[in-house]
Amino acid sequence: MIRIEPREAPSRWWTIGVPVISALVALLMAAIPLMAAGANVFESYAAMAKGIFGSTFAFTEMLTRATPLIFTGLAATLAFRAKLWNIGAEGQLYLGAMAAVAVGTGLIDAPSYILIPIILLAGAAAGAAGMAGPAYLKTRFGADEVVTTLLLNFIILIFLQMMLEGPLKDPLGMGWPQSEPIVDNAILPQLIPRMRVHSGLIIAIIAAVIAHVMLSKSVWGFKLRAVGENAAAALHAGIGVKRTLMGAAVVSGAMAGLAGVSEVAGLRGYLTTDLSPGFGYTGIVVAMLAGLSPIGVVISAIFIASVFVGADTMSRAMGVSSYLADLVVALSLICVLIGGFIARFRITRANKGDA
Amino acid sequence: MDILQILLSDSFWAATLRIATPLIFGVLGALVCEKSGVLNLGIEGIFVAGAMAGWMAVWLGAGLWGGLLVAAMVGGFFGLIHAILTVPLGLSQHVSGLGVTMLATSVSYFTYRTALPNVSSPPKITPFQPLDIPVLSDLPFVGPVLFQQTAMTWLALFMVALVWWVLNRTPLGLAIRAVGDNPDAADAQGLSVYKLRIGAIIAGSALMALGGAFLTMSAFDSFFFGMVNGRGWISIALVIFASWRPGKALLGALLFGAFDAFQVRLQTEVGAFVPSQVFLMAPYVLSIFALVIVARRAEYPRALLKPWFKGQR
Repeated sequence: MIRIEPREAPSRWWTIGVPVISALVALLMAAIPLMAAGANVFESYAAMAKGIFGSTFAFTEMLTRATPLIFTGLAATLAFRAKLWNIGAEGQLYLGAMAAVAVGTGLIDAPSYILIPIILLAGAAAGAAGMAGPAYLKTRFGADEVVTTLLLNFIILIFLQMMLEGPLKDPLGMGWPQSEPIVDNAILPQLIPRMRVHSGLIIAIIAAVIAHVMLSKSVWGFKLRAVGENAAAALHAGIGVKRTLMGAAVVSGAMAGLAGVSEVAGLRGYLTTDLSPGFGYTGIVVAMLAGLSPIGVVISAIFIASVFVGADTMSRAMGVSSYLADLVVALSLICVLIGGFIARFRITRANKGDA
Repeated sequence: MDILQILLSDSFWAATLRIATPLIFGVLGALVCEKSGVLNLGIEGIFVAGAMAGWMAVWLGAGLWGGLLVAAMVGGFFGLIHAILTVPLGLSQHVSGLGVTMLATSVSYFTYRTALPNVSSPPKITPFQPLDIPVLSDLPFVGPVLFQQTAMTWLALFMVALVWWVLNRTPLGLAIRAVGDNPDAADAQGLSVYKLRIGAIIAGSALMALGGAFLTMSAFDSFFFGMVNGRGWISIALVIFASWRPGKALLGALLFGAFDAFQVRLQTEVGAFVPSQVFLMAPYVLSIFALVIVARRAEYPRALLKPWFKGQR
């Protein structure tokens, strides 16, 4: 009969191989809906590849799309490592964007090297506050953070509408609910002239490196991982579980807030209700695909961004709905889940006589 | 119309029951899954899938009840995916649920867009009509509130009774509850933990899908993106609020429906002074509030969220 038993230690190959294979399998499985939609599969994939690698512009577009995903991927990674289920990155992103707009549209007059750090700080703080609330409700009242963060997303979105039609509204905006533009000194500089990719990308990569170092080399990171592995054992070992969770929440929320700042001050220039097409939620998939590793998040974000950008191009070329990208992303998540299982366990045959 | 007038009006209570209906399905569905020990965060996506599949089945020619059957089967299908990932494979119930939500939502949206690529306004079907029972529908107050609802609302109320009866008065229900509280003991008794959990998840997911179908086949008559708008998550919160009891679940859904119906009417009263968005936020704030109040004392099914493997102790 068949028995499933855990491997002693998953080998290095599996840890890297699983996400890569999952991603490829998910991409291949996209052929099924493509065929169902009546599109030529090969032409579709070709159009997708062209949309990513076909030109410098396409490539930089992909990097632009990856920037917020790195931030939200880091947000999910840092929280999930502590077994803190932050599903609220979407809302925290908007909190960060709102803070950036509140501070960066003329409130303060200062040169860039002062103003940019200020809006980054403001955005990070706002995002952190957005996760601190649910984390507090969890540690103090035992309220499940999955539900509270999810519901908070909706609340924040409605709050955003209220702000954009009220205090944050652009008086010169011809009546549209949008914010005033970010002042020039607070705009994150472009990296390449005439391309949309901006220094938010650099900040994101730096954040990933910092997160990696803190997670793997610092005491704080150790405590966070310990709490995530086994909170009861960590408590027994003297680690302040509640404090560690709050710390994880603050950092996670801050990352998501930075995603908002990056999008508003680096890409768009002003805030609207559709700033984020679900970056917060996609960040969860980015994190899972990266095996909850901060450096992996960068690569994973680039992959997911490629899928979206490629699907957009393919959708225009082949007439297939661009929701295909969301399908591929969802499939990636499920594949990586299954793949993780395959890596951690192995199927053996045992004779009936064995215990 | 002042507050008392609102509370005494039949249109308010009729709206309460109407708004509560999808939540009743959702809470019951989540309740059944969680009673067996598995959290099903796929609920939001299953709502979307049920809404789309049910609507599309009717649009393609199936009758309304045929559409409901299709919706339930689609829900059961996504539930099966979640069940396989979480029960025999024992993977993270949180991540699997979120994956199912994403999958169900994206499949639904993609299918809808592919089938109807160029529509400027969503096509309509003929939805469930309000019941018209000879004597009962004309009764004052009770008439509009109870007897002019659509058939789906009555189905929801019936489901409350059915779920209660199965869980509390049948051996199957006892087995499900056993598996959710103490799977080791259940296994020792000879019950199949796997089969019971998988079955419960499929059944619960079918119920969830009906909640989604209510939106496109009874409350409205077409499908549009973003129409579920968090009702699945609210149902998850309400299950905890209901202490996993069908009767309390009905109460919770009605309470929520009452608040939502109330805030709509309140808007016309104080709309000049308070921005409309404050009222829109109210349902979600309320759900969080309800969750926080009961969280400490919540009697979780003791094996909830813990994967169970045959052969391990």
